[in-house]
Amino acid sequence: MPLVSNILSSSLGQKYLMALSGVGLFGFIVVHMLGNLTILAGPAAINEYAAKLHSMGPLLWIARIGLLGMVGVHIWAAVRLTRDNRKARSVQYQGAVDPVDRHRRSKIVSTYASRTMIYSGLIIAAFALFHIAHFTWKIPQINGVEVDFETFYVYEVSAGSDQVAYLTPLPDGVGKEGENAVDVYKMLTTGFKVWWVSIFYVIAVGLLCIHLSHGLSAMFQSLGLKTKAYEKWIDHFACATGWLLFAGYASVPVSILLGFIP
Amino acid sequence: MNLKLKVWRQENADDPGHFGIYMVQDIAPDMSFLEMLDFVNENIIADDGDPIAFDSDCREGICGACSMVINGVPHGGQQGTTACQLHMRHFCSGDTVTIEPWRATAFPVHRDLIVNRTSFDRIQQAGGFISVRTGSVPDANATPVPKEDADLAMDAAQCIGCGACVAACKNASAMLFVAAKVSHLSLVPQGQPERERRAIAMVKQMDKEGFGNCTVTGACEAVCPKEISIDFIGRLNREYGRAILKKGNA
Repeated sequence: MPLVSNILSSSLGQKYLMALSGVGLFGFIVVHMLGNLTILAGPAAINEYAAKLHSMGPLLWIARIGLLGMVGVHIWAAVRLTRDNRKARSVQYQGAVDPVDRHRRSKIVSTYASRTMIYSGLIIAAFALFHIAHFTWKIPQINGVEVDFETFYVYEVSAGSDQVAYLTPLPDGVGKEGENAVDVYKMLTTGFKVWWVSIFYVIAVGLLCIHLSHGLSAMFQSLGLKTKAYEKWIDHFACATGWLLFAGYASVPVSILLGFIP
Repeated sequence: MNLKLKVWRQENADDPGHFGIYMVQDIAPDMSFLEMLDFVNENIIADDGDPIAFDSDCREGICGACSMVINGVPHGGQQGTTACQLHMRHFCSGDTVTIEPWRATAFPVHRDLIVNRTSFDRIQQAGGFISVRTGSVPDANATPVPKEDADLAMDAAQCIGCGACVAACKNASAMLFVAAKVSHLSLVPQGQPERERRAIAMVKQMDKEGFGNCTVTGACEAVCPKEISIDFIGRLNREYGRAILKKGNA
């Protein structure tokens, strides 16, 4: 198939794959943040949201496999492209960038975000792995507290005033993965009370948003959708989205650490 | 004016190379950068030294032969200017000026400031032309070309192939060059029959020559002496996508 080989083996094709997998992952980033923010509406809201998400069954698995595939493609393309780029420019200039038109320096020097995409990306990938081990696999050895998140479950139905749906915890040892609703609220408030978990989280989402501030605008260029007419809008959109996502993500651990969310 | 020059000296492609330091006195501010180098060479020759080798041809900013990185910026960083059109009045007496050759794996250093840019020629030979004779100057309006397309094609055709885009890019990417060449011909009627073949072949040759990829930093556009817009890179991305979809199974 010439089409497939033209995509896989050319630098432009790899850039397309990078951009398209980036679009998909960006979609996940947005939805995940909106989901996280349900915590601001109280414990019942986020627990119910999580239970609904888990009840999607096969759809959830399709989404997970799709995301994993996109992560794979994104990293594969990134590693190949970065390797080619390093090879293409193996000698650096000794002279510091100092154009005779001094005001043009900022146009010639690449942005911090664009130079560090591979590093921010790999750190985010490492964080994502920790994040999944922490809150999805709930490995007790890495959560930094004495309790096991695997024991946090809530009732899904209300029965009188002492059993409120998505609020009242199940007795210890009763809940079962896949059968009972997880007490996400308790897991987050317990998990993010650990200062280093929160700090790692904030640093990682900060890097993610720096990554996106370049990635979101470069994505348009790689797909041939950026022109001077829209350039400013696209760049402002990328920058603003980066900050909005940072605010949205960081607000959860920060609120928990500062005690705004009990 | 007096300058301290730090110039890259390299015997041949295999020599590791080093910086030579030259203290130059009495430079006239009206000299062009290349005339200043001629002046330095005259002094070097008078002292029985080996003159600094550098490329130059037209010396009026249209041939693309001069190729040197002055203080970390290809062509010195004056907007829309080649090194030969950069004048010494932009420097101050007492400055240290660092002069290096283009740095890119696809542009190996030949000697001192001269690099081998035949990789650009090979990209052109891969498809940057129209295979048949399209006739001499046609009658006016015999081949209608929309004004917008003609203007855009002319903007792209301004590329002189000097390689400053590659030299400025942190990835030594030739995207701006290839984008200008592909866009130029894909915008005019004469370029249509080979449009897809050209885009695929030129991109393939670009990859083969060992140029890097576009990270959209915009450095190429900023240093281009012909101010070719980075928009053409977006256009190349569209052209290539269109080409592989149309010719995908051919």
